[in-house]
Amino acid sequence: MPNRSLIATSAALLMAAGVSMAQAPQTPAPARPAAAPAYRAPRTADGKPNLNGIWQAMNSANWDLEAHSAAPSPIKEFGTTGAIPGGSGVVDGGTIPYLPDALKKKKENQANRLKLDPEVKCYLPGVPRAIYMPYPFQILQSTKHIMMLHEYAGAVRTVYMTDQTEAPADSWMGWSNGKWEGETLVVDTKGFNDLSWFDRSGNFHSDALHVVERFTPRSADTLNYEATIEDSKTFSRPWKISMPLYRHVEPNAQIMEFRCVEFVEDLLYGHLRKQPTSK
Amino acid sequence: MRHQTLVSAVVVSVVIAIAMAATSSVAGQSAPLEKPRAVAKAVAPTKAYAPPKTPDGQPDLQGFWTNSTYVPLERPNNVTKEFYTKEEAEAAMKRAAERESEQTEPGTTADVHYDFTQFGLDRSQSTFATSFRTSQVYDPPDGKVPPMTAEGQKRVQERNAARKTAGGQYDDVKNMPIGSRCIIMGGAGPPLQNAGYNANYQIVQGAGYVMILTEMIHDARIIPIDNRPAPPSGVRQWTGISRGHYEGNTLVVETTNFNGKNPFRNGSENMKVIERFTRVADDAIEYKFTIDDPSTWTRAWSAELPLVKTGGPIFEFACHESNFGIANILAGAREDEKKAAGQKKGSSN
Repeated sequence: MPNRSLIATSAALLMAAGVSMAQAPQTPAPARPAAAPAYRAPRTADGKPNLNGIWQAMNSANWDLEAHSAAPSPIKEFGTTGAIPGGSGVVDGGTIPYLPDALKKKKENQANRLKLDPEVKCYLPGVPRAIYMPYPFQILQSTKHIMMLHEYAGAVRTVYMTDQTEAPADSWMGWSNGKWEGETLVVDTKGFNDLSWFDRSGNFHSDALHVVERFTPRSADTLNYEATIEDSKTFSRPWKISMPLYRHVEPNAQIMEFRCVEFVEDLLYGHLRKQPTSK
Repeated sequence: MRHQTLVSAVVVSVVIAIAMAATSSVAGQSAPLEKPRAVAKAVAPTKAYAPPKTPDGQPDLQGFWTNSTYVPLERPNNVTKEFYTKEEAEAAMKRAAERESEQTEPGTTADVHYDFTQFGLDRSQSTFATSFRTSQVYDPPDGKVPPMTAEGQKRVQERNAARKTAGGQYDDVKNMPIGSRCIIMGGAGPPLQNAGYNANYQIVQGAGYVMILTEMIHDARIIPIDNRPAPPSGVRQWTGISRGHYEGNTLVVETTNFNGKNPFRNGSENMKVIERFTRVADDAIEYKFTIDDPSTWTRAWSAELPLVKTGGPIFEFACHESNFGIANILAGAREDEKKAAGQKKGSSN
């Protein structure tokens, strides 16, 4: 009974640290993906866990990383087609630990979402948002480079596995260096600008953002995805999101073109037309 | 102050227009033509070369490549042979480089910002590919794109007419070139074309796929090589839909399903592009393409341009996100209209 002995050990440790069991958290911590029964992924030709495939999150994290109720569409005409589905949240511990000023800014962002959300303007999504947007992405694995190829806005990230360098400049998608830890692909990304958001609810970051992602196969067609987010200008401590990613198993699955610049030109430049479409 | 701003706006739009057309005449600054930092070796296919293989057995095409070259698509009128001698090739390259580094175009100021040779990493300061070819087109043998069919000519006329009715270029963002709009730039193709600057590509091969990333606007083409069926004709894309397979050491990619909004040399949306990538040296890929579009050209035609290894990595090209040009150009045009209207009013008084 390894579980029993783990609990006993934890209890002993807590007591030793002078913490009584009564003060211990009442709800057990959510099961860590790492504690899931070990799954050994098939290997690529060069012996690495094979993460190749077209993946997608199946949650409402892109609406709000934190738990949220369903809500009507912010644009009346869209009716139910634009309504916001509820979600239990993907943030470990439930709440993003904002610094006070940053929380104020987050609320302003949220209140002015249609004007400010970079997604509305077809801007690059940043990390980790690209992973859980409601669009598929493809992992293409080679020994030196692992590509993250996103349908949304054709966003691309190269994960450098061997020829690693510091970020040469700040960018939307950051500069990613990767390594293997057993079954897990660990991607360390820095060099972000301060322009992308985490979701449609105004959750944001500064250019001090540092994201460490862990992609761990949990079955043939699912991955566990975790991202630890560190940004001392915005948050009081590092925090983490986690969610499963699901493989597109349909035989004709492919990343489609989603060149959304064309879709937002009237929105962004319509007022500058010779005969404006809008004010 | 106002004059200065206007001049900059004009120069920026000129540069963008040049980037789109990928022509060889460039408004530049008075810096002397410097020797290219690195000139890759001429692509000389060696029969004996055995390309490396990826761990899963594909001929290895991976790495960072550029197709920056002075070889024009069509053969110059005064040239009658397919290949230059070494001396002739060098002379032709030098002439093209001089044209490129020539200073200002008539009517622009010498003190330009964002000059290509300064900041654009054009051919005068980055790796470029040399070739003895007098033109990229090698079939037909005269080195020229074949004549257009009547249907093709009619389409060109219709497109021109539609452009006229849509109004002036600066009336609406939709009338501006798609490169300026950050939708797609010339290099991505298919076929891959020398984009004038930042003509860089990254190729990554994984199980069942080849990916070609074009630096300009981070355009990634994901090519399945798993013999899946042709895509349904109802799906149309700016860069088409590609399917690949290997013939010996050559990657063959067929692309169909274009949406007709980015017509390569006025081709139709039924154009089929067949590309052939063959690694012929550690630092060179032979890149050939065939354009098959009977509704546009009287015959299929083929071209070759070199892809040579270049130093990576490729940086993010966030074009749309920083596209201040569009808003400024359109706002400038509206401002001009207001001014013109004011003058008209003033003169009638």
